[in-house]
Amino acid sequence: MPKRLPPKDVAIIGLGWTASILANELTNAGLDVVAVERGPWRNTATDFSISYMQDELRYRIQHELFLRPAQMSVTFRNNASQTALPVRNWGAFMLGNGVGGAGVHWNAETWRFLPSDFVTKSHLTQRYGANFLPADMTVQDWGVTYDDLEPHYDEFEYLCGTSGQAGNLKGAIQNGGNPFEGARSRPYPTPPMKQGYGHTLFADAAKQLGYKPFPQPSGNLSQAYTNPLGVSLGQCTFCGFCEWFGCANYSKASPQTTILPVLLRKSNFEARTQCEVTRINVDSTGKRATGITYVDTSGEEFEQPADLVLLCAFQVFNVQLLLISGIGTPYDPQTGNGQIGRNFTHQTVSAALGFFDKDKYNFNPFVSAGSIGMCIDEFNGDNFDHGPLGFVGGGYIGQVQTNGRPIQITALPPDTPTWGSKWKQALKDNYLSTINCGAACHGSFYAYRDTYLDLDPTYKDRFGRPLMRMTIDLHDNEIKMSAFLTDKYAEILQKMGAKQVVKQPRKGPYDVTAYQTSHLCGGAIMGDNPRNSAVNRYLQSWDVPNLFVIGASAFPQNAGYNPTGTVGALAFWTAAAIRSQYLKSPGPLVHA
Amino acid sequence: MRNRQTSLRRALCALLLSSSLCLAAVALAAGIDGQDFTQIERGRYLTIVGDCAACHTPPGSGHDFAGGRVLETPFGDLVAPNITPDPVTGIGAWTDDEFVNSLTKGTGRGGARLFPAMPYTYYAKISRDDALAIRAYLKTVPPVHNEVNPDRLPFPFSVRANLAVWDYLFFKPGEFQPDPHKSAEWNRGALLTEGLGHCGLCHTPKNMLGGDDRSRAMQGYALQGWFAPDLTNDPRRGLGSWSIEDITTYLKSGHNKTTAATGLMAEQIDRSTSKLSDTDLKAIATYLKDRPGDPANAAQNQQPAPPPAPDQTAMKAGQQVYADECAGCHKADGKGIPGLFPTLAGSPTVQQSDPISLLHVVLRGALSVATPTAPTGAGMPAFSWLLTDDQTAAVVTYIRNSWGNNAPAVSADDVGRTRGALVERSD
Repeated sequence: MPKRLPPKDVAIIGLGWTASILANELTNAGLDVVAVERGPWRNTATDFSISYMQDELRYRIQHELFLRPAQMSVTFRNNASQTALPVRNWGAFMLGNGVGGAGVHWNAETWRFLPSDFVTKSHLTQRYGANFLPADMTVQDWGVTYDDLEPHYDEFEYLCGTSGQAGNLKGAIQNGGNPFEGARSRPYPTPPMKQGYGHTLFADAAKQLGYKPFPQPSGNLSQAYTNPLGVSLGQCTFCGFCEWFGCANYSKASPQTTILPVLLRKSNFEARTQCEVTRINVDSTGKRATGITYVDTSGEEFEQPADLVLLCAFQVFNVQLLLISGIGTPYDPQTGNGQIGRNFTHQTVSAALGFFDKDKYNFNPFVSAGSIGMCIDEFNGDNFDHGPLGFVGGGYIGQVQTNGRPIQITALPPDTPTWGSKWKQALKDNYLSTINCGAACHGSFYAYRDTYLDLDPTYKDRFGRPLMRMTIDLHDNEIKMSAFLTDKYAEILQKMGAKQVVKQPRKGPYDVTAYQTSHLCGGAIMGDNPRNSAVNRYLQSWDVPNLFVIGASAFPQNAGYNPTGTVGALAFWTAAAIRSQYLKSPGPLVHA
Repeated sequence: MRNRQTSLRRALCALLLSSSLCLAAVALAAGIDGQDFTQIERGRYLTIVGDCAACHTPPGSGHDFAGGRVLETPFGDLVAPNITPDPVTGIGAWTDDEFVNSLTKGTGRGGARLFPAMPYTYYAKISRDDALAIRAYLKTVPPVHNEVNPDRLPFPFSVRANLAVWDYLFFKPGEFQPDPHKSAEWNRGALLTEGLGHCGLCHTPKNMLGGDDRSRAMQGYALQGWFAPDLTNDPRRGLGSWSIEDITTYLKSGHNKTTAATGLMAEQIDRSTSKLSDTDLKAIATYLKDRPGDPANAAQNQQPAPPPAPDQTAMKAGQQVYADECAGCHKADGKGIPGLFPTLAGSPTVQQSDPISLLHVVLRGALSVATPTAPTGAGMPAFSWLLTDDQTAAVVTYIRNSWGNNAPAVSADDVGRTRGALVERSD
């Protein structure tokens, strides 16, 4: 029997970005909140020390900050005819662990989605006709609009201190910004990051080709900043150890550097770390969550009763906990019925390598930052006419090379030997004069009937719970799109003066061993009625109204941007709905 | 004497416990009106000013004022007693006079002398009314039964009779007398600083017997692995470069545009000064800004500073370590980032005669205090595992003699000794 603890107003599963935002908002509303986090506590000075954080082997190669697959993993297959096998070493994506979650190890590329991204289905159908979309594509509208989320994008950016150049200020297009972005109510809180030589050269070439390059919005800050909560961040030092690493000098926006210092001072907040939530408990009607059950490192099981449960784990674990807890109807790919596990998506990233004359070009790639870069948005979303192209979706394209770390940044021209003195000489010749940007084309990943999550029939965790089974592959639409974006990017590299360009478009089948961002999305998607979604427009479970499921799990499909800006905006949007509507009248916020 | 006191205490406790009039007896003995909101509220504030909790509430104990914190002194350890109203193990059974005398005369129950770790040498300056207000407040906190044996000193320091001689030499009893030539604000600041605030307990150098060296009042003193810096208006080591607002912002938030509090001062700000009124903080700052520094420093404080004495090899080595390990946060020009990373250029802490605070921070790292007005609480990582004694000495010497700073060089031996001493510390 689990030990039953005194009840709380709110139990939050996880303590990353969304949990921190929700916890801060709901403690401000006077509620007694506990967050239960699977991983350890982490502080900047003690855990991301500047005296050892720049260690590529330890953090990037050996995955120090990440979930250990021995504790929890997923199984993978490309399609239903295959038998899924467990992932024993992270590859295509990285699953965070510990306080701060993915907000610790992200690059801090802090984008807003396009207004049309929130109405993907209706927009595309209206412009190109219903038959233009592939028959098995299951994209849909979000149930929220860009205008709904704008104030909350703004809240997240001002929380983070995001550095950028506005492109559309209250409808007026701004020079130097992204002219395609939705209207923003005010400028970014801090000016854009300074750009390196390679990034600047890319922007110049893009301009010559008629594009409108702009600096990537960055959560690595261009200058010191104190956010509305009174928490201060430092100025980025361009060390180039962002993604996979914690920031050692308080200059990357994370829960640690923006919210947790304030949250921890509150007597109505409590964090329990190294406690793994095993299920969400529901009452006999199945319509009301009674709390959560978790296990600590001693193996002792606790039941934490709560009036409100917020599922704020990473995308794949949000879906897993819903399925394990029997909340909602599991998705059935045969019939298309059921919502939990449906519309699972990732990100279609691709790149090209640009080799330049070493005597003329020195990019000093090690002077970098996670969200440095110059980008163009001409080929994102539906910013361009897809009619003649035969695909939908797109992505931003940019010279967004985040680092020159010595183990990974060793790409060489294709005919180079892979070891020995010739390899060494080639590395020496090319290191400083190569553009090697892993996610230069940040393509969308739309949803399909045969791409989904469900409980694995074979593989289980140490508690006997089934692992999440991923059934995922790349479809022709995304492969075509990736080829198109990669060509456009390669043209810009040529224009920059590359002597050799090697295109690396994304191709199928989906490879679980090759890193493709950690932007897993969907599986518990939002929508306007319970027949097409797991949660309503406020991320409230249709089935269990005192449960909210927050994060990228709610994305009906993934757009051509990094997701965290939208995840942060959704967290603030949900918090506002809970504070202004739910607490006054607990119950369904949308009656379907 | 101790035995006699203990047996008396036991007898009294037995009497009190066995008596059905126990609570009435305590109330009568105190003679304080538990309904006097104004007195209790004033007492609560004065208890914060005096930072009674610093010693009487061990960190993390969860029992306010129940005693038990070990106090390091140069003569051995003392343990702060229980000052909750518990009649047996606390001060519930004390008379008002006994309580007032413990604050202002350094005597406890039955006239036993207190060790001057209890800052009665400072508290003596407060009025009887203030002392009674503190008493009134302490009577309202939950009584906690917690037996504390305060004496851990080795012989002969353990002999309380010796304290009569000590008091004769170093203790000037008597309530604070305002200086009629100074403003009311200055006098309020003087009372807070020299009285309940007992700033000199840490910041005034001590003589061989632990008494304040009054000729060097507030000029800084090393204790518990830190150097409590010079609080005079000395331009280099003291508060000369700080405005009144810099001081009040620091005391209120633990941070100002150049520095961040850590160590013992961080605790003090968290418990005490961050909760004081703005008026009182300004009074303290006004008083401190009016205290001249040590005239012996005048020559060294001449501007421009004389060229640094340390040998240039060490300076160059230090500069390299600084560029690799420090400049990311503190910047190449030593300016840091306000509210986050302290300014090293011109920093009094950096330029104290005794470099122990600087070494402490470099070797062990430090967490700055988080307060409601400055919640970030940024920290600096430890470098003891990374830097050798030579490298540490070089970088610290470099920091102490760059950007206009001027302070004696630090040797590898100094670093080695401090490293060894810090290993022993549990804080």
